Amino acid sequence: MATFQGTVHAYSGAMGDNIDTDRIIPGKYTKTLDVQSLAAHVMEDIDPDFKNRVKQGDIIVAGDNFGCGSSREQAPIALKVVGVSVVIARYFARIFFRNAINIGLPLLEIPDHNISNGAVLEVNLLEGSVTDTNTGITYKATKMPQVMIDILAEGGLVAYLQKHGDYVL
Amino acid sequence: MGQTISEKILSARSGRDVYQGELTVVNVDCIMATDTTAPYAIKAFREMVGTSGKKVWNPARFPLVIDHAAPAPTEKISNLHVMMREFAAEQGCPLFDVGAGICHQIMVEEQFVKPGDLFVGADSHTCTYGGLGAFATGVGSTDLAAVMLTGKIWLKVPQTVKIEYTGRLQKGVTAKDLILFTTGQLSISGATYQAIEFCGSALHPLSLSSRMTIANMSAEMGAKTGIVHPNGLKLEFGLDYDFTPIFPDADAEYAKHYTFDVSSLRPQVAVPNSPDNVQEISVVEGTKIQYAFIGSCVNARLEDLREAAQILRGRHIHPNVRLLITPASKNVFLAAMNDGTMQTLMEAGATFTNAACGVCVGAHLGVPGDGETVISTANRNFKGRMGNPNARIYLGSAAVVAASALKGVITDPAEFL
Ligand code: SF4
Repeated sequence: MATFQGTVHAYSGAMGDNIDTDRIIPGKYTKTLDVQSLAAHVMEDIDPDFKNRVKQGDIIVAGDNFGCGSSREQAPIALKVVGVSVVIARYFARIFFRNAINIGLPLLEIPDHNISNGAVLEVNLLEGSVTDTNTGITYKATKMPQVMIDILAEGGLVAYLQKHGDYVL
Repeated sequence: MGQTISEKILSARSGRDVYQGELTVVNVDCIMATDTTAPYAIKAFREMVGTSGKKVWNPARFPLVIDHAAPAPTEKISNLHVMMREFAAEQGCPLFDVGAGICHQIMVEEQFVKPGDLFVGADSHTCTYGGLGAFATGVGSTDLAAVMLTGKIWLKVPQTVKIEYTGRLQKGVTAKDLILFTTGQLSISGATYQAIEFCGSALHPLSLSSRMTIANMSAEMGAKTGIVHPNGLKLEFGLDYDFTPIFPDADAEYAKHYTFDVSSLRPQVAVPNSPDNVQEISVVEGTKIQYAFIGSCVNARLEDLREAAQILRGRHIHPNVRLLITPASKNVFLAAMNDGTMQTLMEAGATFTNAACGVCVGAHLGVPGDGETVISTANRNFKGRMGNPNARIYLGSAAVVAASALKGVITDPAEFL
């Protein structure tokens, strides 16, 4: 799944910046290993209807500092569970960044994007490029550290460590 | 080439000199997980181990803490706690069960972290131990599982932002006001991916408790870690061990250098819905509150409880306000009982909960109602943080919370000191 297409749920302006993990999945729902149960509450306090609109393969597009706040891995898990294929932001908060890659949810940092709600994107993960099929504009993502690319290529850190037994830099 | 404190600690654990921007794999001194993060970490660990029969790399250095929803409010959560107890017993890991306190206070009190250590915790406020001079950083569950297995983690050596404080804090103005002010200045993303070094003469007289308050909120600026320079550092909480303080080299390279004179700083309050939305107290004074909370890993040590008791002694909180107090640990709780602080606070109308996170993260114990306004000593006031998106949360020091509880409106503690 290095290349795929998806429809955008964009959070823009002030609402799209600093979307914290409490907004992605409130703390009160996180104490469970039943990851499917997270689906009913994803993005609840910022976009209550998101869970009904989101379809398999959809893409989230946000502004600065997506995923700031707590270390809860339940935040990227909740997005993955409802079918989100990739999250694009100008940049991510650091723990969310690591968590998403570790559970195999692709992220792309595009510092200068101007992607709007409902756009259909063609994503090439290997090249880190995104084309907005509405405007024809192609964006280039910031390159991730190689170790993160390797972890993502394995589908996450569990598979990576099963294969390598240790970190290989 | 000169090194920052982070570069020194990461070099020592990398087995070679490393500098900002480099990727490195480091040996950790200790790790930690809570009932929010441990269940996923244990699950990921078991998947990584598979049928190999491998154990936790060093069980004595992996304490587990049941604090985020303790005691368990539901059977589901209780079952997660059972899973943690069983895992700790099976692997030989220390377990801190219901009532022991908040993970970050326990790690310092129980000497799981010391100055100069490299600590990785599955909680975003692990950076609290920077108050002690450790490089401590928060990660998620799967990252932690990999450290449980290998004793190592990959990190990018961060750039460092230096924040220097000159002058002297006035009476009634605390470390919390200083760090809220700083968070307002730098913003919630002001130190993303970076380390912070807090230094300057204004910090030299500060207690370890206050230094932990400052380091704690590095997380609110997106930092990887936040370390207070060890000038004037004295151990607390009955701790007594030798340590070598780590200072940066004179020619260390910093990404940015801020200087703040704190002499004229007044109490600061973060207004809804972000911890960087900070105002001087005069701007929000008079805002009606129904709920006052003293607790969380940033401000629930004896120092904070005493600060509140000093204001509430011989007085009673406003009839329309409830005041909840959650001590940071059982030790803090006992100390507050022994020196009469707890009695003073209860006579003033406070209700105590067991030492835990509970109220701070909205899991249980004291969720605010719709339309209610809370003044809290916690570190986050995101929408929905305390369990109800229809409540408004203001953040301040224990002195501000106590004074506000007395008057029923947000109040500058100055008039009571
Ligand atoms: S007290 Fe609050 S901020 Fe601190 S660890 Fe617990 S939930 Fe997190």
